[in-house]
Amino acid sequence: MTVILNEGDAAGTTGAASGGPVDAAPEPGKAMTRGRLVFIRFMRNKLALVGLVVILGMYLMAFVGPLLSKWSYDTQDYSAFLEPPYSEHIFGTDKIGTDMFALTMRGLQKSLIIGLLVALISTTVAAIVGAAAGYFLGVADKTLMWVVDLLLVLPSFLIIAILSPWFRGKSWFLLVLMLAAFQWMITARIVRGMTLTLKEREFVKAAKFMGQPARKIIAKHIVPNMASLLIIDATINVGSAVLAETGLSYFGFGVQSPDVSLGTLIGGNAESATTFPWLFLFPAGFLVVFVLAVNWVGDGLRDALDPTSTRVRRKEKKDTKEKAA
Amino acid sequence: MTTSELQFDAPADPVVDGPVLQVEDLHVSFPSESGRVRAVRGLSYHVSPGEVLGIVGESGSGKSVSSLAVMGLLPSSARITGSIKFQGRELIGQNDAELSKIRGRRVSMVFQDPLSALTPVFTVGDQIAEAILVHRKVSKQAAAKRAVELLDLVGIPNAVERAKAFPHEFSGGMRQRAVIAMAIANDPDLIIADEPTTALDVTVQAQVLQLLETAQEVTGAGIVIITHDLGVVAGFADRLMVMYAGRAVEKGKVDEIYQQPRMPYTLGLLGSIPRLDVSEKQALVPIKGQPPSLTDLPDGCPFAPRCPMVVDACHTAEPPLMDVDGSAEHAAACIRTNEIAATDAEGAEAAVEIFGAEVAAEPEVAKIPREQRDIVLGLDNLVKEYPINKGVVFKRRVGTVHAVAGITFDIREGETLGLVGESGCGKTTTLMEILNLQKPMGGEISVLGTKSSEVDAKRRFAIRRDMSVVFQDPMASLDPRLTINDCIAEPMQVHGYTKDEINRRVPELMRLVGLRPEQLSRYPGEFSGGQRQRIGIARALALEPKLVVLDEPVSALDVSIQAGVINLLEELKSKLGLAYLFVAHDLSVVRHIADRVAVMYLGKIIEIGEVDSVFEAPRHPYTQALLSAIPIPDPVKERQRERILLTGDLPSPANPPSGCRFRTRCFLHASLPPEKQRQCIEVEPPRETQAPDHEAACHFAQIRQVL
Amino acid sequence: MATFLAFTLASATFDPIGVLQQRNPPPPAASIEAKKRDLHLDQPIPQRFVTWMGGVVQGDFGRTITDRPITDELGRRIGVSLRLFLLGITIGILFGVLLGVVSAIRQYKFSDYFATLFSFILLSTPVFVLGTLLKMGAQGINDSIGTNVLIFVGETTPGFQGNWFEHLGDRLQHLIVPTLAIALGQIAYYSRYQRSSMLDVLGSDFLRTAQAKGLTRRKALFKHGLRTALIPMATLFAFGFGLLVVGGTFTERIFGWFGMGDWLVTGISAQDTNITATVTLFVAVCVLFSGWLADVLYAALDPRIRVN
Repeated sequence: MTVILNEGDAAGTTGAASGGPVDAAPEPGKAMTRGRLVFIRFMRNKLALVGLVVILGMYLMAFVGPLLSKWSYDTQDYSAFLEPPYSEHIFGTDKIGTDMFALTMRGLQKSLIIGLLVALISTTVAAIVGAAAGYFLGVADKTLMWVVDLLLVLPSFLIIAILSPWFRGKSWFLLVLMLAAFQWMITARIVRGMTLTLKEREFVKAAKFMGQPARKIIAKHIVPNMASLLIIDATINVGSAVLAETGLSYFGFGVQSPDVSLGTLIGGNAESATTFPWLFLFPAGFLVVFVLAVNWVGDGLRDALDPTSTRVRRKEKKDTKEKAA
Repeated sequence: MTTSELQFDAPADPVVDGPVLQVEDLHVSFPSESGRVRAVRGLSYHVSPGEVLGIVGESGSGKSVSSLAVMGLLPSSARITGSIKFQGRELIGQNDAELSKIRGRRVSMVFQDPLSALTPVFTVGDQIAEAILVHRKVSKQAAAKRAVELLDLVGIPNAVERAKAFPHEFSGGMRQRAVIAMAIANDPDLIIADEPTTALDVTVQAQVLQLLETAQEVTGAGIVIITHDLGVVAGFADRLMVMYAGRAVEKGKVDEIYQQPRMPYTLGLLGSIPRLDVSEKQALVPIKGQPPSLTDLPDGCPFAPRCPMVVDACHTAEPPLMDVDGSAEHAAACIRTNEIAATDAEGAEAAVEIFGAEVAAEPEVAKIPREQRDIVLGLDNLVKEYPINKGVVFKRRVGTVHAVAGITFDIREGETLGLVGESGCGKTTTLMEILNLQKPMGGEISVLGTKSSEVDAKRRFAIRRDMSVVFQDPMASLDPRLTINDCIAEPMQVHGYTKDEINRRVPELMRLVGLRPEQLSRYPGEFSGGQRQRIGIARALALEPKLVVLDEPVSALDVSIQAGVINLLEELKSKLGLAYLFVAHDLSVVRHIADRVAVMYLGKIIEIGEVDSVFEAPRHPYTQALLSAIPIPDPVKERQRERILLTGDLPSPANPPSGCRFRTRCFLHASLPPEKQRQCIEVEPPRETQAPDHEAACHFAQIRQVL
Repeated sequence: MATFLAFTLASATFDPIGVLQQRNPPPPAASIEAKKRDLHLDQPIPQRFVTWMGGVVQGDFGRTITDRPITDELGRRIGVSLRLFLLGITIGILFGVLLGVVSAIRQYKFSDYFATLFSFILLSTPVFVLGTLLKMGAQGINDSIGTNVLIFVGETTPGFQGNWFEHLGDRLQHLIVPTLAIALGQIAYYSRYQRSSMLDVLGSDFLRTAQAKGLTRRKALFKHGLRTALIPMATLFAFGFGLLVVGGTFTERIFGWFGMGDWLVTGISAQDTNITATVTLFVAVCVLFSGWLADVLYAALDPRIRVN
C-alpha cells in the first residue's frame, strides 16, 4: 500500500469533503498552557508564596548571614557568658560565650543542606525504583514491597539510631546517605502505585503497541507524568528530612560534634529552655518556621498542580461579597 | 406475601390543578477559573401531571444543572435566579430544611451513575427504607417491609434476600433499579431522571426504560427525563425540549420535533445519528466546531458559529423562542425557521440537505471479491483465561475466568469488521490479545499471514508497523506532556524514520485528519475531544498500517462530534484502503461503518456475518434482543416496535452456563419444550452457516425481524 | 524478622567493650574478658540471636550490660508508655476527626482556615520543640498562679504521701502536659486526613442521593458522609498507634517518664544490644498488632472488605 500524500491533495479535500470536520480550536490568545496555569494558581496562594520567600530567605541567610556577623561559631566571647540577646550578640550567647546567631546560622546551614540533599537523592531513587518496580512487577517489585513493609514494622528512626555509633566521628555526609536510604521507600511505594495506574492509561498502551521499548516508555511517558507528584514529594521530603535529622541529632544520634545542626542545638539547650529561653527559642524557631514554609509550599504546589482544585470558588465568593457590601 | 399498609395512591390524583413543575426564566451560574460559567440562561418550561418531558442536549448544555436546581442540590457557590414553582409553590429561596420535606416525598430523582449513587456502607434495603422513614411516621419494620416490596416491584428477584445486600453486591442495572425503587418509595408527583441509562448496557437500558414507564404508571407522576440520546426519549417522552448553551432552542411535541425540526441545531443532531434501521449507506451530518464556552458567549445566536444557515443577522441578537408553523406548542429559537420549513425533506433528510453531508466512496479494493483479498488479521479459536487467586501470602488458584473462550474470525484487506457485545463479553480482552502479539494461551493470531506464536521479538516489532490502534478515550490516549508533533512523531521515531522524513510526514498527517499543521506545537490539553481523537487517528496512520484496531473510537464523544469522526474514518478507509477492526457496543455506529459484524456473548462469537444480513435477519436470540433494545430516533417507529427484554444479568465468566452460554437469559430457550431445552443445556451449539456469509451459534436459529 | 535485623545491626555496630575500655581508670583486662563472655561477644551474631530469642520465648529477655534482668523492668516500662500514649491517642483521634470534619464542611471559611493554620504549625513543630515549649508554657502558668499546678517532670512526685484520691490528683497533674504534647500533634495529623477524606465524600454521588430522598444536608453528611469518610482513616488510626512508640521517645525523654522510648535511648547510648533488641521487639509487636487492628476496623467499617 502506498499513501500518496502530495501537498495539494491532502490540504483541501480531506477535511472539506465531509463538511469541514475541522473543529474550531480554542482561540490562541485564550489557550493557557498547563505550566502557566500552575504558575498562576501557585502565585495566587498567598501562604505558599510566603513559604517560598521564607525558604529562599533562609537558604540565603544560612550562607550569607555568617559572613555579615563579626562572630564565628567556633570562637568565643569571653566577656559574655549566657547573655540574653543584646546589641552585641543579637541572639545572645551560650554558656561558653559562643555567639548564638553564628551558631544558629551554622546549624541552619547544616540542617538545610542535609534536608535538600536527602530530598534530592531519595526522590530520584524513589522515582527510578518505584517506576521500574511498578512497570515490570515481578521479583524487583516483590522485594521493594517487602522492604517497605519491613520498614513499617521497623521505623527508620530506630535503625539509624542503632547504627549511629558506627558513623560517629565520620563525615556528616554519611548521615545524608543514611537518611536518604530510608526516606525513598515510602515515596517509591506511591510512585509504584501511580505507575500501575499510568500503565493502564491509553497513551502508555499506545506507546507499547507501537513498539516503544519499556525503558523508553518509563523515561518518556511515565516519569514525566508523575512530575507533579515528584515535585510535591521532593518539597515535602526536604521538610521531613530536616525533621528526621534534627530528631536524631536531638538525642546525639545524628550530626556529631564538632559539626552543629539545629537538632544538636535544640537538644543541647532544651534542658535550660525554661531558664535561658534564647538558647532554645532561636534554633527551634528557625526549625519550625522552615518546616512550616516547606509544608505551605508543598500544599500550594499540590493545589496548583491538582486539576480539580476548587480554591477559586472562595476567591470569587469573596469578590461578590465585597461587591455586595 | 401480605402487602404493607404503605401503598401508592390511585394514579392521576393531581393534588393541585395546573402544572406540577413550572420553571420560569431560570438562570444558574458558577464561578470558575476563567470567569463565571453561565450554565443555564433564561430557561422556562413546565411539566403537567403524568406527562413525560424529555430534555435533550450535549454535555455542557445546562440540562443537568437545571434539574439539580429544581432539587435544590446545586453547590452553594451556584447563583440561581428566576422562578421554580412546584405545584404552585416557589422553591427558589427556600432553605435546606424546607426543601428536604419536598425532596424524596413529592419530587424524586434518578441519577446517571448507579455505581456511585448508593452509599457503600449501608444495605440496599436500609437505604430504601430510609427514604420512607425520613418522610413518614412508620415503624422501622414497616419501612423495611415496604422496601422489600419496592425491590420486588422494580424487578429484583429474591427481594427479601437482596434487600440485605450491600450496593457493591449489585450489578449496575440492579443498582439503578434500587435507585428507582427509592425514587418511587413515597409516591412522588414528579420524578427527574438525569441520564438514567447512559452508564448502562443497551439490554439493561431497555429494562430500565421499561421500568421507568412502570414507575410512571404506578405513581402517576410527571417525569422529566434528561438525555443526550435522541433515541432514548423518542418512544417514551410526550414533549421534548432541546437545549444548547444553557438555553432551550426548540421545544414541542415529540413527533413535531423529530419530523419537523425547525432549529438547525436540532436538525444537525437528528442528522448526525447513525440509524440502526437504515440499510443503504446513510450520510451522517457532522456539526462543525464545538459548543461555545459558557464563560464568554458571543453576541447573537450561540449556535451561529456552527450553523450552516448562518447569516449576518444571526450575530446581532440571540433569537428568542418563537412559535413555529402556527403551532402554540412548537417553538424554536431561530430567525430562519420559515426557510427550514420550506424545504421539502423531513427530519434527518432535511439535515443532510441543509448541512450538505456526503457518503464516502467505496475503497478500490472493495471491488475485488472478498475471497480473493488477503487476510489481514486472522483469529483461530483464540482462548484467554485469567486465574482467580485468593490469599495474600500464599496465592491459591480458586477459579478461572474464561474471558475469551475460543473465537474465530478474519478480516480481509479494505474491510471493516465490527466486534460488538455488552460489557464483560470479552471484546476488550480479545483486542488486547491481538495487540499484545504474544503467543496465545490457545488458538492462533495471525497478522498478514504471520502467526504470533512463531514470531521472535524482532519480527513482532516489524508487525507493529502494519497494525496500529486508536483508543476510546481521547483524553487519555495522548500523553499530556508531549506536544502534538511529538505524539504523532513517536511511532516513526520508534521505527527509525529519519528526522527529515518525520518532519515532512507529520504535517501531512495533520492535514489528512482535517487539522491544521500550525497547531503542531500545542499540547493535547488545548484540543477538544473530537480533535484529540483525530490526532490519535493521525498517530495510528503514521506508519502506513494495513490494519487499524479501533477500540470504541467514538463512544466518548458527543453525537454532533461523533459524526465527523465517523465520516473521517470512512473517508480514510476509502482513500488508503485500510482494514478496520471496529470494537464497539453501539450497534447503530457499527451498522453504519462496518462491512461485517461479529456479536460476542460471554467470550464466544454467537453470530457473525455480512452486516445487512445480520441486522435485517438476525438468527441468534441474543442478537435479536440486542437489536431490539436499541432505541431508534423515530417516535412513530419506536412506539410500534416490539421490544425483547432480557431477564437477569450477565452470568459470571468464571462460571459460564453449560451447553449454550446464553440459555439462562434466552427467551427462545424458555419457550421450548423440555426435551429441546435439554439440548441447549447439554450441547454447546456450533457456529453454522445460515445464509451466505452469515453464521450463528444456536440450535434453534430462526429469523426474527426486530427493526 | 525485624527484631533479628535490629539485633544484628545492634550487635554489629555496638561496641560495649570499647565503652568499657575507655573508662577511667581502665578496668583490668581480666574483667573485660569476663564481661565479653558474659555478653556472649565471643560467639557469632546469629548464634547470639538464637540464644537471646530462646530466652525471649521463655519470657527471659536477657540482662543489661550493667547485669540487671531486662524482664523485670519491661512490664513496668510498658505500663508507663501505655498510660501516656493511650490517653494522648484517644484525645488525638477524637478531636482530630472532629476538627477535620468541621474543617471540611466549612471549607474555605474562617474556621477551616484557622484549623488548617493550627494543624500546619503543629505538624511543622517537632515534638521535642513542642514538648519544650509546653514545658515553658506550663512553667509560666505555674509562675502566674504561684503553685505547681502542672508538673512536667516524671510520672509521680517521688515520696508523695496521701490517699488514693490525692494520688490520682498527683498523677493527673503530671499527666496533663505530656498528654497534651502527644495529643496536639495527633489532632493536627488526623484532622488533615479526615478533612481530605471528608472532602472526597462531600462531592460524591451517594451524598446527593441521600439528599434527594429528603435528608437535610447536615443529616446526610453525618449519616452517610462521615461513616464513609472514616473508612480510610482506620488504617491511619492503627498505624499511628504503632509508630507513636517511636515518637513517644521524645515525649518520654523530655518529661522524664521512664517508658519504652526512654529505654531505647538509654540502650543505644549505653550500646546495650539486649535492651535495644527488646524495645525493637516491642515496637514490632505494637506495629503488627496495629496492622491487625487496622484490618479489624476496616472490616467493621467497610462491607466491601467484609465479604472478601
